[in-house]
Amino acid sequence: MDNLQLLFNAPILSVQLLIDGLFIGAIFALAAYGMALVWGVMDIINIAQGEFVMLGGYVTFFLAAAGVHPLYTVPVAAAALYILGWALYRTVVFRVVDKDMFISILATFGISILLQQLANELFEADIRTAESGLGTLLFADGLIVVSQIKLVAFVCALVLGAALFLFLKRSRLGQAIRATAQNARAARIMGVNTDRVFATTFALNAAICGAAGSLVVMTWLVHPYLGLAYTLRSFMIVTVAGLGNIGAVVFASLGLGAAENFAGFVLGTEYQAAFVFSLLVVILVWRNALLSRQRKYLK
Amino acid sequence: MTPILEVQDVTKAFGGVIANDGITLKVPQGPIIGLIGPNGSGKTTLFNSIVGYHPIDRGSIWFEGREISRLRVPQIARLGLLRTFQQTRIYGKMRCLENMQISVPHVHEGLRTMLSPYPPEVTERAEGLLEFVGLYPKRHLRGGELSFGQQKLLELAMALMNQPKLLLLDEPTAGINPVLINSLMERLKRINADLGVTLFVIEHNMRVIMNLAQHIYCLAHGQLLAEGPPEEIQTDQQVIDAYLGAR
Amino acid sequence: MTDATRNLLLYALIGLIGLLAPYLAPAFRVQMALLWMMILFALTWDLGGGQMGYNSFGNIVFFGIGCYVAAVVQRDLFFAVGGQPQATGDLATVSPLFNYFNGFAVGLALAVIIALAVAAALGSGILGLRGHYFAICTLGVGVAAGEIASGWDYIGAGSGMVAPIFPGGPGQNAIFFYYFFFALAAICFFTLKWLYGTRFGLAINAIRDDEDKAEAMGIHTTRYKTVAWCVAAFFLALAGGAFGHLNNFIDREVAFPGITFGVWMVLMAILGGQGTLWGPVIGATIFHATQELFWTYFIGWQRVALGLLIVVIVVFFPLGIMGWLRSRWPERFGETVDLEARTAPISLRETR
Repeated sequence: MDNLQLLFNAPILSVQLLIDGLFIGAIFALAAYGMALVWGVMDIINIAQGEFVMLGGYVTFFLAAAGVHPLYTVPVAAAALYILGWALYRTVVFRVVDKDMFISILATFGISILLQQLANELFEADIRTAESGLGTLLFADGLIVVSQIKLVAFVCALVLGAALFLFLKRSRLGQAIRATAQNARAARIMGVNTDRVFATTFALNAAICGAAGSLVVMTWLVHPYLGLAYTLRSFMIVTVAGLGNIGAVVFASLGLGAAENFAGFVLGTEYQAAFVFSLLVVILVWRNALLSRQRKYLK
Repeated sequence: MTPILEVQDVTKAFGGVIANDGITLKVPQGPIIGLIGPNGSGKTTLFNSIVGYHPIDRGSIWFEGREISRLRVPQIARLGLLRTFQQTRIYGKMRCLENMQISVPHVHEGLRTMLSPYPPEVTERAEGLLEFVGLYPKRHLRGGELSFGQQKLLELAMALMNQPKLLLLDEPTAGINPVLINSLMERLKRINADLGVTLFVIEHNMRVIMNLAQHIYCLAHGQLLAEGPPEEIQTDQQVIDAYLGAR
Repeated sequence: MTDATRNLLLYALIGLIGLLAPYLAPAFRVQMALLWMMILFALTWDLGGGQMGYNSFGNIVFFGIGCYVAAVVQRDLFFAVGGQPQATGDLATVSPLFNYFNGFAVGLALAVIIALAVAAALGSGILGLRGHYFAICTLGVGVAAGEIASGWDYIGAGSGMVAPIFPGGPGQNAIFFYYFFFALAAICFFTLKWLYGTRFGLAINAIRDDEDKAEAMGIHTTRYKTVAWCVAAFFLALAGGAFGHLNNFIDREVAFPGITFGVWMVLMAILGGQGTLWGPVIGATIFHATQELFWTYFIGWQRVALGLLIVVIVVFFPLGIMGWLRSRWPERFGETVDLEARTAPISLRETR
């Protein structure tokens, strides 16, 4: 709690925490948007979401280690994960699309453990990061430090999110995806190939997560056990923001990023993860309690 | 004597659609009361409001002189006000007999009762009621294996098992084999007369409801259009217009 | 032979094997003790997941609470007096009361009390969530508990803590804990068997089949759900307390092994067949046996194989062994149903 005192004494620190929080929040928004997409279109909650982020991070890490500038690897990570997402859909996910939701949760949980443990075996449990070589910007007499790569990643995340949004709104495939989300059966009757839509949606989601992971490894770090936290964050964000409301998703993500950063500072970083997971529980229970006053429950 | 159910000025809107608009009606203790109206006139919404499925926007609902508009579904059910569903709901993976056994009234339920097996009287009563609705030979089948009409009968029997004072029935004859409808009507009358359960019935089959109910309310466009004894309702011009779509 | 006598023979046979097993195969005592623990895991998970339709990923929390509470009681109440934990486990110099077994008993009692308190407190909020919200919320609870444990200095934070050493020489503890887990699993089995025959059993089945309907019929759904969750917590806390002592060392990985025990309990129940009494027992036995093979032959890769196994079982075999057997030979499972009953017309003939 000493750090809380510190925050009061030096309010400028809050600005620093806030900025860093917003930067990471933008990356959360990508993963959360992907989750909302898959959830809305396929009625599946993808527990392997975080593992896609983690694998995207490793793609960038290895390419950067081979000498490519990490920023150029973002599309590569996205493409690699797109293929993985497609393959996973064609082998496993298509079998659970129309099943009970718990079946799909368990199946993707299995995928999540599989990917996590594969990464652990193949890439080892070390914490990795990719150096971008960009410098830092100083504000307010050097009290606020903004590393340029975080700024770049922030912008990248926003651009990617906007591109996806436009794709869904404008393109023909995007329209098919949105039609399927509204009513898969009706879309099928109207001639939409929903199986293809599902495959694209799942692959697209993996690609977004891959790009997010690529940004994560540049600004923070990556390790095989990173995934679950991203999955649960995404779930939390989507629960708060609802499906299909991109503004709310961005807002909730930035809020979560900031809240997490403050909590990590005040409680100590060893409790930051505990904070995130406890927050999930608190938010779910709180939302449900609010709804139950209207004689409803979370659906 | 206070009516068993009193609905006062109840309004319920979903988004912009006003499903119930200032509805006031009374169900006295004892008789069979009917509720009719064209599709989308707000009958099921009114039932949902009464048993606590969603909050009402305005007005109040009273059961045996006690306000229940703020109570939750299970609390209302335990007071003795029960409903059946239009799309029947039963416990699909449980046997018919088990469906019945678990439907006993759940008032005064301590840890002791929760953790004790069912006494033979309960099973006997369950079997008796299954016999009453004609499902006794199927008592060991799983609920989900029954046809829609049979599930409807099972649901009715489950409701009776709960010994309600007032039972709201949402289209009890829909989906029932037509040759059984007359005897089902006779059963409903006996439920009312012999078991002393007041019935409040939504029904689309005019022959059934006119024969069954002593008093009928008619809804249209979320509002109470007319009320009266069946003979009167049958000849009411407004009711006829509402059903034929004239406005 | 009637069903009753056949069942009695079956129980007697399993009981006999259970009693003799540690002497028939002394080298596998610990593994066999863990087999009983796995059976208990699957049974308690199925109480919520299979019978009530509340699929939890967080039951491991109660196990972890049991682990830590029992160990902390030993450490602070029974050994702190004499300073160092003693290899003999007997602090007779202070008082005859302070020995390993008394400490273990007090620890288990306290573990149960705390686990039940946590179950009741958490349950009141979490059990209001339905379906996948419940599943993911419990996933969060499980991980959060582990994170908190690994940051809390009092219980050793990241570096863990040591439970007192079992009195007697090395290997002596295996036989004690074998019988402990054997008895606990048996008690758990018969408790659940009895519970499923009561109003409680039907009520949680009703909640699984249609919770809205259950509420509309006036069932105290929250009360039943909380009781179910507490029964699971009770047995898991006892298992956790014993496992911590058996393992001697406790840290977050041991007490809150979400990715191993936490997932296994779900998998074993599904493999055996959700919503049946014997399914979890069979699933746990098969899983534990094959899992030992994984450890032996896939060193390092066994968890990868676990992920693959989950996918395969869930996607291709969701009914489980008992579910498959039941659909194959329905008449053996009391799905009687002579054709006559199935096709009997409903007659509403005059009964009086």
